[in-house]
Amino acid sequence: MPLEGRVTTIYIDNLPYGVKDGQNLLQASLTLGFNLPYFCWHPALHSVGACRQCAVKVFKDESDTRGRLAMGCMTPATEGTRLSIEDPEAKAFRAGVIEWLMLNHPHDCPICDEGGECHLQDMTVMSGHNYRRSRFRKRTHLNQNLGPFLNHEMNRCIQCYRCVRFYRDYSGGRDFNVFASHDSVYFGRYEDGALESPFSGNLVEVCPTGVFTDKPFKEHPTRKWDLQTAPSVCTGCSLGCNIIVAERYGEVRRVLNRYNADVNRYFLCDRGRYGFDFVNSQRRLRLPLVDGRELVPEGSATQALSATEGGSPRPAPASSEAKGAVVRRAVARARDILHGSRRAIGIGSPRASVESNYALRSLVGPDNFCDGMTSGEHRLVGMMKDIVASGPVRSLSLAEVERADVVLVLGEDVVNTAPLLDLALRQAVRTRPEAVAEQLLRIPLWDDRAKREATQGKQGPLFVATPYPVSIDDIAVKSYRLSPDDIARLAQAVAYAIDPEGIAPLVGAADPLHVVAETIGGSLGLAARPLVIAGASLGSEAILRAAANVATALAKAGKKDAGLFLVAPEANSMGSALLGGMSLDEALEAVRTGGADTVVVVENDLTSRLKEASFRALFDSTKHSIVLDFFRNRTTELAEIVLPVATFAESSGTFVNNEGRAQRFFEVVNPDEIVSASWKWLGLLSGRGTGEEIAWDTLDDIIARISEDLPALAAIGSAAPGARDVPQVHRVPRDSHRVSGRTANVASLTVHEPPPPRDLDTPLSYSMEGSPRGRIPSSLIARIWAPRWNSVQALTRFQEEVGGPLKGGDPGALLFGPASDRTRAYFDGVPEAFAPDPRRPLAVAIRHVFGSEPLSALSRSVSERIPSRYVGITPDAARSLAVADGERVEVTVRDLRMELPVRIMAGLAEGLCALPEGLPDMPYVGLPAPAGILKRTAP
Amino acid sequence: MFSILRSIWGVLLHTFAKRETVLYPEELPYLPPRARARIVLTRDPDGQERCVACNLCAAACPVDCISLQAAEDEAGRRYPSFFRINFSRCIACGFCEEACPTYAIQLTPDFELSERKRKDLVYEKEDLLIDGTGKYHGYNFYRQSGLAIRGKGKGEGDQENPPVDIRALHDPR
Amino acid sequence: MIVVVALVVLLGVLAIGAWLIILERRLLALWQDRYGPNRAGPFGLAQIVADMVKIFFKEDWVPPFADKVPFILAPGVIIATVLLSFAVVPFSPLFTVSRLNVGLLFFLGVSSLGVYSVILGGWASNSKYSLLGGIRGIVQMLSYEVFMGLSVVGVVMLAGSFDLSDIVRAQRGLWFFIPQILGFVIFFIGGIAVTHRIPFDLPEAENELVAGFHTEYSGMKFGMFYVGEYVGVVLISAMTVALFFGGWLGPFLPPLVWFLLKTFLFMCVFILVRAALPRPRYDQLLAFGWKLLLPLSLANIVLTAAIYLAAKG
Repeated sequence: MPLEGRVTTIYIDNLPYGVKDGQNLLQASLTLGFNLPYFCWHPALHSVGACRQCAVKVFKDESDTRGRLAMGCMTPATEGTRLSIEDPEAKAFRAGVIEWLMLNHPHDCPICDEGGECHLQDMTVMSGHNYRRSRFRKRTHLNQNLGPFLNHEMNRCIQCYRCVRFYRDYSGGRDFNVFASHDSVYFGRYEDGALESPFSGNLVEVCPTGVFTDKPFKEHPTRKWDLQTAPSVCTGCSLGCNIIVAERYGEVRRVLNRYNADVNRYFLCDRGRYGFDFVNSQRRLRLPLVDGRELVPEGSATQALSATEGGSPRPAPASSEAKGAVVRRAVARARDILHGSRRAIGIGSPRASVESNYALRSLVGPDNFCDGMTSGEHRLVGMMKDIVASGPVRSLSLAEVERADVVLVLGEDVVNTAPLLDLALRQAVRTRPEAVAEQLLRIPLWDDRAKREATQGKQGPLFVATPYPVSIDDIAVKSYRLSPDDIARLAQAVAYAIDPEGIAPLVGAADPLHVVAETIGGSLGLAARPLVIAGASLGSEAILRAAANVATALAKAGKKDAGLFLVAPEANSMGSALLGGMSLDEALEAVRTGGADTVVVVENDLTSRLKEASFRALFDSTKHSIVLDFFRNRTTELAEIVLPVATFAESSGTFVNNEGRAQRFFEVVNPDEIVSASWKWLGLLSGRGTGEEIAWDTLDDIIARISEDLPALAAIGSAAPGARDVPQVHRVPRDSHRVSGRTANVASLTVHEPPPPRDLDTPLSYSMEGSPRGRIPSSLIARIWAPRWNSVQALTRFQEEVGGPLKGGDPGALLFGPASDRTRAYFDGVPEAFAPDPRRPLAVAIRHVFGSEPLSALSRSVSERIPSRYVGITPDAARSLAVADGERVEVTVRDLRMELPVRIMAGLAEGLCALPEGLPDMPYVGLPAPAGILKRTAP
Repeated sequence: MFSILRSIWGVLLHTFAKRETVLYPEELPYLPPRARARIVLTRDPDGQERCVACNLCAAACPVDCISLQAAEDEAGRRYPSFFRINFSRCIACGFCEEACPTYAIQLTPDFELSERKRKDLVYEKEDLLIDGTGKYHGYNFYRQSGLAIRGKGKGEGDQENPPVDIRALHDPR
Repeated sequence: MIVVVALVVLLGVLAIGAWLIILERRLLALWQDRYGPNRAGPFGLAQIVADMVKIFFKEDWVPPFADKVPFILAPGVIIATVLLSFAVVPFSPLFTVSRLNVGLLFFLGVSSLGVYSVILGGWASNSKYSLLGGIRGIVQMLSYEVFMGLSVVGVVMLAGSFDLSDIVRAQRGLWFFIPQILGFVIFFIGGIAVTHRIPFDLPEAENELVAGFHTEYSGMKFGMFYVGEYVGVVLISAMTVALFFGGWLGPFLPPLVWFLLKTFLFMCVFILVRAALPRPRYDQLLAFGWKLLLPLSLANIVLTAAIYLAAKG
C-alpha cells in the first residue's frame, strides 16, 4: 500500500526524505529505517514524551547551525523540517538518558528471560552507554505474584509507563496501576493476585525490559535466537489472529504476536498467547491405537526417554523403517475397514484445517461428509456464511473495527467469544472524540496524552444488548439486558428505525423496544462507519437475521462504510461452512437409518457436541470407527482405530476466519514420522486399490485439489506461497542465524549429526540457512528481528510505515469479494416477545475466555484461570429459591440433571439463567433450553 | 636461476638445523596456567553451581558444541537442567569463557582428551562440574544480581538499598 | 634366470618406490625442522606398511558418473609402463632384465606411454578438476618428453650406442655429466616434469584442482597412482645415473651397490627440489620448456656433434 495522504519532505542529517504528513519525527525516522532509540513511545500507544530517549537536534532552517534538542516523538514532521540524529549533542544527550535509566537497573541480564530480545539492551547498545560510572547503591523493589501468566521483577523497571498505558488506557483493565512517587515509582496491583484483564500477556511484549516476562516460558527459559519459529494462526477463536509459534527441543515453548495490519495488529489475548500448551499435553497421542492397543515401533522400547531431557514423553527414537511399518500397519487396517464398509460417514471438525476437512470429504465422498457441527451450530454458521458472502454489507476486519465510530453489539459477550474484538472495540469508541479533538484543537492523533486530556475520557456511541453483563458495558453508552429473542426484536426495531419503509415494525408498534431502537437507530444513522456485531454464542438465528437486517438497512440508507462483524464459534467454522456437508444430527440419522456402518471422526471430541446417549448410540450402531485426534479422550476410547494427529504446531494448513480470510499456518515442530496432519493420514487412507498410491502427498497437492474442486475455496492457495513457489535456496529458515548447540543437542544420543528434517509441504526450512531477511514474503515472517533490533520492536523494519501494512502487503486471502454490488432482501421472521417463566427460566450459554475453548483449556497456565461450573441466576430467582451465592442447586436441562453452585448475577435478564458452556467439567447441554432449578434438599 | 639454486642450498642447510617438534608423550610441553583446553563448570564460594544457564556460551560457541536448558530451582536460582559439551567438536577457542557473565565456565590446561569412541567425548553436566571456584575466587553472581533467592532477599545484595515501601508517605532514605 | 632377475627387479623397485614415500616424508620433515613419521617401526619405516594396510581396506569406490572401463584401466597403465621401463635399466653388468640394443629408445618410448594413464584417468573421471588436471598433464608430459629425448642425443653420440650397458661402459674414463652438463640438466628437469613432481606438479595442483586427474580416485586405485609416481622418480633417478653418472662404475664397492647409492642420491635431490621450489604458473612452465629448454637442447646437440666431429676429424 503506498503512503496515504500528503507527502512531506524532511531533512535528516541534511538529506531529503519523503514522509507521510502528520507523523512525528520518531515515526518518520523509524519508517525510513533510521536507528533512533526510544522507550515510552509504542506504535499502538503513541507518544507521551516521557522518557526523553528519542532526542534529536532540530534546526530552524538551512542556515541554523546551532539547532535545539527536541523529542522526536513529540515533534511533528512538517514540510522542510530539518533534524539531525547523528548530531554529537543529541547523541550525548541520549547516552546520558540511558545512563540515568540504567542507574538502578539490576545486574540481571543472564538470568532474565528478556535477555537477548530486550529493548533496553538494544537501546543501551544503540546509545553507546557501556560502562557503569555510578558507585551508589541501587534502588530495589519487592515483586508481586501476578498469576499464572506473568512474572513480575520490578527491579528491572525503567519507568517508561508503557505497562499502565496499555493495561489501563488501551485495554481498559482496572486492577493494575502505578504507585508511589519520584524514583520509587511502582507498577503493579494493589495486592498480589492474578491480573484480571485477558490481555495482560501483552505486557510481555509491551514492556521494553524484563519487568513482565512470560511465566509459563520461565519453566524452561530459552533465548530468542535458539527458538525455532514459524508463522502460524491462533486456534483459540474465530478471529484468526496471527501468531509466531516457537519451539526448542521438540517442545512448543511460547507464542508471540505476529503483526498483521488487517487482523490482530500489535496484540493478542491471553487465551491465544498461553493456550498453545495443549500441544505439549501429557494426553497427546503419539502412536496409533488399534483396538485400544498401541502399535509400538520395533526397537523403541530400549530407550524410554526423549531425545532431550525435559520434553514430554514420546516414543523413543526407533528407526525410520520401524516407524514406517507402524504407519503402514495402521493404514492397512483402516483401509481394510473402509473397503469393507457399506457406507462410511466422515465427521470433520470446524476446528480442523480446511485441508483436513477436505481430505475427509474426498475420502468418504461429499454425500457422506459431516462438518462436525451440531445442527444448531451448523445452521448458524451456514447463515453467517451466507450473510457475509452475499449480503450488501462487508464483513470488517479487526483493524477496521478499531476505526468504526458507532457500534451495536447484539448478544455477543465479545471478550469471552472473540477476546481481541473487545480490545478493538475499546479503540473504536475513542475514534469519534479523538477525531473531534484533532479537528477542533489540532491535536495530532499520535499525541496520546494531549489527546486524552482533550477528550476527557469521552467515548463514542457503543450500544450493547446482551442477556447478562459483559466486559464492554463500561465503554457502552447504554447496555440493555434482554433475552435472546428480545435482542433480535430490538435489532429488528433498530432496522425499522433506520429504514421504516423496508421493514415492518414489531407486532404491537407500541413495543417499548421501539423507543430504545429509535435512539440506537438515530445514532447509527449519523455514523460514518457504523458497525453491527453479532455472533453464534447465544445459539439464536433470529439475532443473526436481525443483525443482517440492521446492516442491510444501513447499506440502503447509503452508508457505504457500514460494516458487519459476525463472531463464529470456532477457528475454522467459516472454512467448514464453505466446504458444505451435513450436520452432526444428520450424520447420526445416517448411521441410524441410512445404512452407514463405519464412521471416521477427525479432530472432534464428540462428547463436546453430543449428549451422552447420542454419543453412545453413534458408536454402538456403527460396526467400525476410525478416529483421528491429538489426545486421548472419550471419543478415542471408543474407537477401533485411532491415528495420532499433528496439532497446528506440527502441521501446516489453512484456516478461514470469521471475516472470510484464509490464513496459512505452518509447522514449527517437526513431527516424528508417525504423528502427522489429518490430511496426510487421510491421504494415505484414500489411496484406492492396492499398493502405496495416495491421493496427495504434499500441502501443495491438496491445496491444488481443493482449488480445482471447490471454486468458493479457490483463493486459499494465495493465502501464502506454496513449497513449490519458493526455490530451495530461498526457503525461509525456521532457525535464527545464531541458533546454538547444533552439534551438541542430540550428541547424547548420537555423535553423527543427523541431517535437518526435510520439509516438502511448506516454503520454510528446518535450518538456519535460507532467504535473506527482507526478501521474505509477509505471510512467511517467522521471526521479528533486524540488525540492532533484537526485541519485538524490530517490527518497524517489516512494515511499510510505522503502524501500517507489512512490506509486500499483509498476509491472508479474502475469500469473499467486495460487497458493494450485492443487494439482498431483508430476512423475515421476527420472534415473539420473550415471556419469562419464573419456574422454568431459559438457560442461555455464557462463555469464559479461559475454559470455554477446549484446546486452550488443556494448557497448564490457562487451566489455573478456568472457573468451575456454576449456574447463574437472577437476584429475583435467588430470592424466590431462597439460595445464597455459592449454594448448590439442582439444575435440569433437557433431561440432564446437574448439581451446581449458584452464582447470583445482578443484571441477568429476567426469566433467564446462565450456564457456562464448554468448561472442562461441564457436559454438553445444547443451549438455549428451559431449565428447572430446585433448591437442593439437605442430605 | 641463481635464486633457485640459492633456495635449494638454503633448504639443504636445514639438514643441520634444530628440530622444532616436541616429541609429545615422552617430552611434555610447558603449558601456561591459562592455557585453554578442557572446559569445566565451577562453583561459587558457597559451593553452589555458578552456571545460571544464560545460554551466552552456547551462543558464542563457533562450532555450536554447547547445548543446555535453563531451569529454576525451588530456591529461585537459575541452573542448567542439562549442560552438554561435545568435545569432539570443541576447538578450545575459549569464547565460552569470555562470554560467561558468572565465571562459571572456565577452560583448564588439560588438553589430553582422547577416546576410542567419539561418544565418550560428549560430556554432561556431571562430567563438567568441579568442586572449586577455578581461576576466579570469591565471585558470587547472585550477590550482584537483583534477583531474590533463598537466603538473599530483595535489597540484600551488594550495592543495594533495602526495598522501597511504596505505601510510605515519605522517603526513608 | 631372467625370470628371477625380473622378479627381483619388479619387487625391489616396488619396495623402493614405496619406501621412497617414507624417505620423502622424513627428508621433507628434516628440511622443515620437523621429525616426520617416526612412530611406526624403526625410524618410522613401518609407516608405509600401516598405510598400505589402510589403503587396501578402503572402499574401492568407482563414482557413478565415471566412465567405468577407462577409469579402472588408468591406474594400471601408469604402474605397468613405469615398471616396464625398468626392464632396460642396467643395475650392474650382470644384473639387467633385458639388454636391448635400443634400450634408451625403449625407455623413452615406454615411459611416454604413461601419459595415457593421465589422459584416461582425467577423462574417465567425468569431473572438471580431473579433466583440467588431465589436460595439463598431457600437454606437460608430451612437451617435456621432447626435450628429454633431445637431451640424451648427446650421450648417444658420445657412447655411439643406444644400449644402456654400452653407454655405462663408455663412461669408464669420464662420466658423461661433464661433457654433457647441459644435457644432464635438461634431462633432469624434463624428468621432474614427466613424473609431474613438484615444482612441476601442475596436473594435480592441489590448491586449484583438488587432486587433478586423480581427484575421483580412492582406495588402492589411488594407491597405484601414488606408487606409480614414486616408482617414476626411482626410474628417472636410475636413468640419470645410467646416462650421466657412470651407472654402476665406481671403486671398491660392488657395482650394484654403486648403482643403488647413486640412484638414492638422485632420489634425495628430487625431494630436495620439492622441498625448496614453488610451483610455476602453467604458462610459465610451457614457456620455459619451449622457449628455453628446446633451443638449449638443440644447441647441445649441435655443439656436441661439432666437438665430436672436430675431435674425430
